[in-house]
Amino acid sequence: MLTNLHSKNGLQLLLGLLLGIAFGFLLQKGGVTYYDVIINQLLLKDFTVVKIMLTAMVTGMIGVHVLVGLGLAQLHPKPGSLGMTIPGALIFGVGFGLLGYCPGTAVAAVGHGAADALLGGIVGMLLGAAAFAAVYPKLKPTLAKGDFGDLTLPRLLNVNPWVVAIPVVIAVVGLLWWLEHAGL
Amino acid sequence: MEVFTMERWSPYAVGIGIGVLSWIAFVLSNKPIGCSTAFVRSAGLLERFFRGGKVDKKPYYQQFKPQVDWEWMLVLGVLIGALASAFLAGQFRWVWVPPVWAAEIGTSPVARWLVALAGGFCVGFGARWAGGCTSGHGISGTLQLAVSSWIAAVGFFVGGIATAMILYHVIAA
Repeated sequence: MLTNLHSKNGLQLLLGLLLGIAFGFLLQKGGVTYYDVIINQLLLKDFTVVKIMLTAMVTGMIGVHVLVGLGLAQLHPKPGSLGMTIPGALIFGVGFGLLGYCPGTAVAAVGHGAADALLGGIVGMLLGAAAFAAVYPKLKPTLAKGDFGDLTLPRLLNVNPWVVAIPVVIAVVGLLWWLEHAGL
Repeated sequence: MEVFTMERWSPYAVGIGIGVLSWIAFVLSNKPIGCSTAFVRSAGLLERFFRGGKVDKKPYYQQFKPQVDWEWMLVLGVLIGALASAFLAGQFRWVWVPPVWAAEIGTSPVARWLVALAGGFCVGFGARWAGGCTSGHGISGTLQLAVSSWIAAVGFFVGGIATAMILYHVIAA
């Protein structure tokens, strides 16, 4: 672990910016900064979003688990609970369907001039985040329901991470092959 | 440098690129890539600007301090990177109503803006409720095989597909 590098705050801000620039560039080149591409994914007509997300996931999954094995990285799985993850994700999903962008792609969409992403999406997301901060104390009991913490699938199954990762990679590659084969 | 001026790259090339970025983020910054905390920090910064220091007393802003951090810079970078990509490909232009929306629902910018605003509100609210978005849960979390992220990713798409289907096949039909 490069702990010395991780503690250099100014350099970290610069690294965040550089990684973001590369991320935004890739999102725009992938076409997933366009409302039309995202809404056609949700209408199951165009599978670009799923192809990019799944390819990123399996690439990341292999690399990050190798890096963890080499002692160069550590996992940061997000904590979750039934009361937090399920309703939160469904509310997000409703918004995703109405807006046609997610937080990262809305910002990137502004980069090619999507006024709906800027004046609707970003303004709405800021208001939504502020509203959540306002109601958070009242939501706390709900968020705590069915807490499972930062559990990972390998820990849940009590197996080596590769026992889960390898079948997931094979299944995703198979799914992507099938999508291409089906002309989607 | 024709590759940088191309309008589109293969989704697999883009996906591999994002996957490699996640390796770099883990090794150099010890962080998974995510976007939605930048919005709550920005909301807090704006609230503090308008309402002053009492904002810092809100418990949620004590957890996510209203400040510019790594992820906030990442989101700023996303804007710059997308802007650069669009300019290099000659694709920058202001669009008020996306073509699919205009063809199926209507050409009114006000209607599109109001629905986008409502959608943005739910995205911002839901991302904070679930503790992440399509980047933090959908890519970074699923690649770590986190249980929370796999549930969230399914929920994002179930909610998104249902809403898009109702909007386009029921309301606009």
